Amino acid sequence: MSKPPRGIVLAHGSLASALVQEAERIGGVIGVLTPVSNAGCDREALGELLAAALGEGPVVIFADMPCGSCYFAAMHAARERSDIRVVSGVNLPMLLDFVHQGALSPQEGAQRAAGKGVEAIRQA
Amino acid sequence: MPVILHRIDDRMVHGQVVVGWGQPLAVGFIVLVDDTVAVNQWEQDLYRMGVPTEIQLYFATVEEAARDAARWREDPRNGIVLMGDVRTMDAYCRLALPVARVNLGGIHQKPGRTQRVPYVFLSPDEFAVLEGLAARGSIVTAQDLPSSVPIPLESLR
Repeated sequence: MSKPPRGIVLAHGSLASALVQEAERIGGVIGVLTPVSNAGCDREALGELLAAALGEGPVVIFADMPCGSCYFAAMHAARERSDIRVVSGVNLPMLLDFVHQGALSPQEGAQRAAGKGVEAIRQA
Repeated sequence: MPVILHRIDDRMVHGQVVVGWGQPLAVGFIVLVDDTVAVNQWEQDLYRMGVPTEIQLYFATVEEAARDAARWREDPRNGIVLMGDVRTMDAYCRLALPVARVNLGGIHQKPGRTQRVPYVFLSPDEFAVLEGLAARGSIVTAQDLPSSVPIPLESLR
């Protein structure tokens, strides 16, 4: 059985830490998600921070917006490695589902997370 | 009027530029001046994904940008000319028409640089280059967003 993907939440300022903290607190699964912030980073520095967080093994990177420095850094990383997938527009529901889906490949995990994230957006 | 902002920002096309400046100033085009991105289709496609359809994104080398500067300034749409570092801005200003105002929007920490404001770090060499721009007539200020107060170059010493 292949190794389940970890998740990296890559976002502006303190957003990544807050999302990971609350996903762990609500979902009760610790250690699947790692926060990475772009605070104080240019493109090169953010790429290095992300590379350090990626390590080895399959990963789904959750970026906050489908543009900007976080997304670009994620896409650069995914271009280099086939075991990395990127989901943009990260939200709490997609993370809560992701941490419980250990058996999925990065591709399946990313696809499912994107679906769950969209599913959670409603208007009343 | 058309080019309303000449900005140095090492994150280049990102939220603060596209949304923070782009929306309140009703920007119609952004020119990213970068010799590397100008010849990299993959990078260009990636940057295009981050820009709303109402904003046209152009890519240019420094030489191409200098050549096309007059045309952009005559464009009826509001535009931003964006560069990733001080050297590129200096090269552009030497080749193109004079730039009235240079905006320091985001230059982050690197070895040899010291913090001038939270979003601008400069080495002594970079500061000297900016002083040169100012001596040639450009008003150089640090300002991350339109709602922030512009900080004159002299205050960044």
